[in-house]
Amino acid sequence: MTGWASFAAMVAAGLVVLLGLPLVFDLFGLLQMTVFAAMAVLALSQGFIWGYGGIMSFGQTAFFGLGGYTYAVAVMNMGDSTVPVLLSVLLPTLFAALLGYFMFYGRISDAYIGVITLTVTVILFNVVNSTAGDFYTIGNAPLGGFNGMPSVPPLNVPGDPSSPLDPQQTWYAAMGALLLVYILLRAVLASRFGRVVVAIRENETRAQLLGYDTRLYKLIVFAIGGGIAGLAGCLYANWGSFISPTVFGLATSAQVLIYVLVGGLGTLLGPILGAVGIQYLISVIGAQEMVNANLVLGAVLVVFVLLVPQGLVPVVQGLFRRVPGVRRGQVAEAAPVEVEL
Amino acid sequence: MTVPLLEAQGATMRFGGVTAVNGVNFALREMELRCLIGPNGAGKSTFFKMLTGQLKPSAGRILLRGRDITGAEPHQIARLGVGIKTQVPNVFDGLSVRENVFVAAARRGSARQARRITGETLERLRLTAIAARIVGQLAHGQRQWVEIAAVLAQEPDLVLLDEPAAGMTHEEVLRTAALIREINQTHALIVVEHDMQFIRMIASTVTVFNGGAILVEDDVERVMADPAVRDVYLGKQAA
Repeated sequence: MTGWASFAAMVAAGLVVLLGLPLVFDLFGLLQMTVFAAMAVLALSQGFIWGYGGIMSFGQTAFFGLGGYTYAVAVMNMGDSTVPVLLSVLLPTLFAALLGYFMFYGRISDAYIGVITLTVTVILFNVVNSTAGDFYTIGNAPLGGFNGMPSVPPLNVPGDPSSPLDPQQTWYAAMGALLLVYILLRAVLASRFGRVVVAIRENETRAQLLGYDTRLYKLIVFAIGGGIAGLAGCLYANWGSFISPTVFGLATSAQVLIYVLVGGLGTLLGPILGAVGIQYLISVIGAQEMVNANLVLGAVLVVFVLLVPQGLVPVVQGLFRRVPGVRRGQVAEAAPVEVEL
Repeated sequence: MTVPLLEAQGATMRFGGVTAVNGVNFALREMELRCLIGPNGAGKSTFFKMLTGQLKPSAGRILLRGRDITGAEPHQIARLGVGIKTQVPNVFDGLSVRENVFVAAARRGSARQARRITGETLERLRLTAIAARIVGQLAHGQRQWVEIAAVLAQEPDLVLLDEPAAGMTHEEVLRTAALIREINQTHALIVVEHDMQFIRMIASTVTVFNGGAILVEDDVERVMADPAVRDVYLGKQAA
């Protein structure tokens, strides 16, 4: 059963990274890897709804930002980070479900789903951007408008606000969250629900004619994606102890799309590697002043779209398998018939 | 009086100023095999789509065993036991043959049951040998059978087939005809078809559409002998 073998290998690799990185990286490196893990969680949310659900969202950052702000506002009011973390997942999930209800039950075509999600994140950007001043304070938490919210309290040991996590523990939390999300999505995709989701991506009409309410399936996929993006936002706000409206910005939403395209659409590993690779590239470029980072990102995107349209992971998988003609092999692997969960 | 399995009462479909189907009354008995024929633009495919929920009638009612299903969502109609094969094959192109059939079988019951039905259906349609192939890479005729397999795997009471033999080789057509007769042992069927030879092979009651209305409804041999049918349908096809 190749499905189980690859799954076990991936989880083992994830655990090695989780436990091994603090041994080989200094504090600065570990902090960098922590934010990479947060962005990888965001990339998984995009990769899941787009690559498996076939839902083209240009605005996963709406849920990412919402999660970050939810965490910041809640933790400033509550002190203990336990409930704020849960809220940072719950609220974006519900918001995605509501938005998804109007989009999928309203039978909006795929292109317009892209437009609507894009618009939503732009609206949120503008709304949060104009919340400067004392008036916009939720409890003890001033939203701060375009200046954002500084001094967001860090995660603490669940239930114990007096023991905040140190950077190494924060790394464990972020990487642990990434690993958990990966495992969750693998489980979802191997389940009957996940196989129907992939089938709907392949042909929605056929799925309907077989008696599946495709609107509900897409709604659930979109809500799961929203929750995962919210968790990523929570990790991100926690990493920098800071959040500002740029999390809703178009630059961020475009970056997430590039992670998924470069890493490989229709895989879970691809978005993770894409996020880490692109973020690493940006940080390297940021350390010098020769070329603009956005220029390089644009060039990377063009090169991949033209030369490696499937993304890195499917191409490498293809090289290893050397099965000519089976171009969508990764899809079949994602939903192996034998696996039962 | 017995309630028909499927019934249309005054079914009408207008697209803007065009009336594609005009006040059609139609009834199908349990276990019946019925063919719908007619020249291009006669309204048979539109009528078919009204039965399957893909189009919502402008007027009139569709009843399934006396239950009003007019304007129901396609998935609701499917859940009531109607299996549909569309004119252009609707299959999951990126998935394997087995996965296509499994997804169809998996809507209800346990995973074990779904796997059993999948295996039996693949065997029944002689698709077991190509079960691992990706459907998008199969020949047209094979993809048609994959779709029929998916329709049967959902264990419907009524099977609706829109042009099941289109684009098939002569041998494939023969096998499809045999398959339809076999399906009819256990299921009621409606078959929309162009090909008169094919309809003769599956020999049944034929409903002839013309100009959005039913022209005649009778046994296949009598229909083919009917001069009115020859005029609108056979004559045109020969020309």
